[in-house]
Amino acid sequence: MSTLVFLEHHGSAIQKGALGVLSKAAQLDPDTAGVLIGSGVRDLAAQAGQYGAKTVYVADDAGLAAPLPQPRVDVIAALVRDEGFQNVLFGASVLASDIAGGLSARLDAGLNWDMNDLEMRDGQLVGRRSALGDTVRADVGWSAEPRLGLIRAGSFEAAQGGGEASVEDVPVSLEDFSTRAELVDHTQEESSGPSIEDADILVTGGRGLGGPEGFKPLEALAAALGGAVASTRAVVDSGWYPYPTQIGQTGKVVSPKVYIGFGVSGAIQHKVGMQTSQTIISVNTDPNAPIFEFSDLGVVGDLQSIVPQLIELVKARKG
Amino acid sequence: MKIAVCVKEVPDAGPSRKMDPATLRMDRSGDRSLNAYDLHAVEQAIRLKEAAGDGEVVLVSMGPSRALESLRKGLAMGADRALLVSDEAAAGSDLVATSRVLAKALEGESPDLVLFGQQATDGDGAVLWAAVAERLRMPVVSQISELEVSGDGLTAKRQTETGYDTIRTSLPAVLAVADSLNEPRYPSLKGIMGAKKKPQDTKGLADIGVDPSQAGEAGSRTTVLGLGEPPSRGDTIKIEDEGDAAQKILDFLMERKLV
Repeated sequence: MSTLVFLEHHGSAIQKGALGVLSKAAQLDPDTAGVLIGSGVRDLAAQAGQYGAKTVYVADDAGLAAPLPQPRVDVIAALVRDEGFQNVLFGASVLASDIAGGLSARLDAGLNWDMNDLEMRDGQLVGRRSALGDTVRADVGWSAEPRLGLIRAGSFEAAQGGGEASVEDVPVSLEDFSTRAELVDHTQEESSGPSIEDADILVTGGRGLGGPEGFKPLEALAAALGGAVASTRAVVDSGWYPYPTQIGQTGKVVSPKVYIGFGVSGAIQHKVGMQTSQTIISVNTDPNAPIFEFSDLGVVGDLQSIVPQLIELVKARKG
Repeated sequence: MKIAVCVKEVPDAGPSRKMDPATLRMDRSGDRSLNAYDLHAVEQAIRLKEAAGDGEVVLVSMGPSRALESLRKGLAMGADRALLVSDEAAAGSDLVATSRVLAKALEGESPDLVLFGQQATDGDGAVLWAAVAERLRMPVVSQISELEVSGDGLTAKRQTETGYDTIRTSLPAVLAVADSLNEPRYPSLKGIMGAKKKPQDTKGLADIGVDPSQAGEAGSRTTVLGLGEPPSRGDTIKIEDEGDAAQKILDFLMERKLV
């Protein structure tokens, strides 16, 4: 067997999620390699060796500087064809998901996503994932090679203990349509500010708040409960609340004792950032909101009436 | 401008939503509706058409023939027509097979833009747009929270793990929009009444030129080996607010000594 792991990097570091997948892959398959794609990325290859890569393929090209998926599909597809990799694994991210989806179509290769575990069973790679809002566990496989897999963030510990990887340059040849999208601007978001990661109780506001003014009552509720206010990507995208309060794949991962979501639909993007909360309570007007599938207490109702009542009740209780 | 919006009928949440133990597929026999995240893509398509002053918005979907009922919501919002690919041989399609069928259906439409919602509520991997873009050999931009389309190009802003990207590309292109992009309109009564009369085509695999061996389980490359119980976080207590929800939330917290 031979396995290739996409080593996503930002700046001068390989993503922790990718290194976790690399560590796991190296345990299952001693013949595991990594691929680094970008501009000026060769120096990162040594890191990958420490986490178990025997070989690191490096596609280093000025045209690959922007973190866009389609040129990366070109590079990985060529590598899989030339080297005959049987498995290609990714730590899930915005970029990795788009690459894996494109690669699946390019190679007509099966892609299993949102996996939280991998094992070898009778010589076959088997993945494990949750479905239907974590109410069902599914064991998933592939009927042909190459097998593609996206691993849910935080599933595997990035464990050192590897050695030195041999580094091999790969030629870069890009499809015309892969280079039509171009990155024209990137703004780094400051992640300083009040930390939602340390709070025991998180009162979270989503799109259902209707506007930035919806956060005022939530702040009062959080103050009464002794917690902090958190938000979702939709809310931050809309400019209603600041980025440092955002939970999710592209925000912070939190595990408070109590998570209370108001007007939060429970998109995958949000769920991966809060599903390990000890107790999850959600209030939403839509009975079909996905968040109810992984809530301990779900309330179908209007937050506009429930939040003020809850503030009064909590205040009365605390005296 | 011609805009195709890929939409999906999904089972409503709740206890009726389950996997079929015999086929290991989702049981789609219960109540269903149009995937809520897709409404943002439909809304954006209608807005782009309105801004351009002319054009056409086509809903493209794959599913059982009765899925047309769910698609009518998009027509009621303002889409012009619907195309549903429905074929027994397409049931059980995974990403490889679904993207192949959808891409073929889209090729027949030659749209300037193909829009997707950010995910489906029934266990979608949020990867379909990238696979469809690859098959159509078009550029793809996902997670879009701001969008400007002008002439033969577009500029999109989107959030990633490291901040906000602004991406520019030419048309035609495949886009996946975030739910923060817009607020979907409610269909008007007139829209609902008019939806039934709008063109709604159902096509089989042969009609769009896909061999049955390339769709469904035969055309898929992934398998479900078995289903089991997940490490349980306990059952969800689901209640409807009858004026006492705040008290019930507090009771729930107090019983567990969380306040």
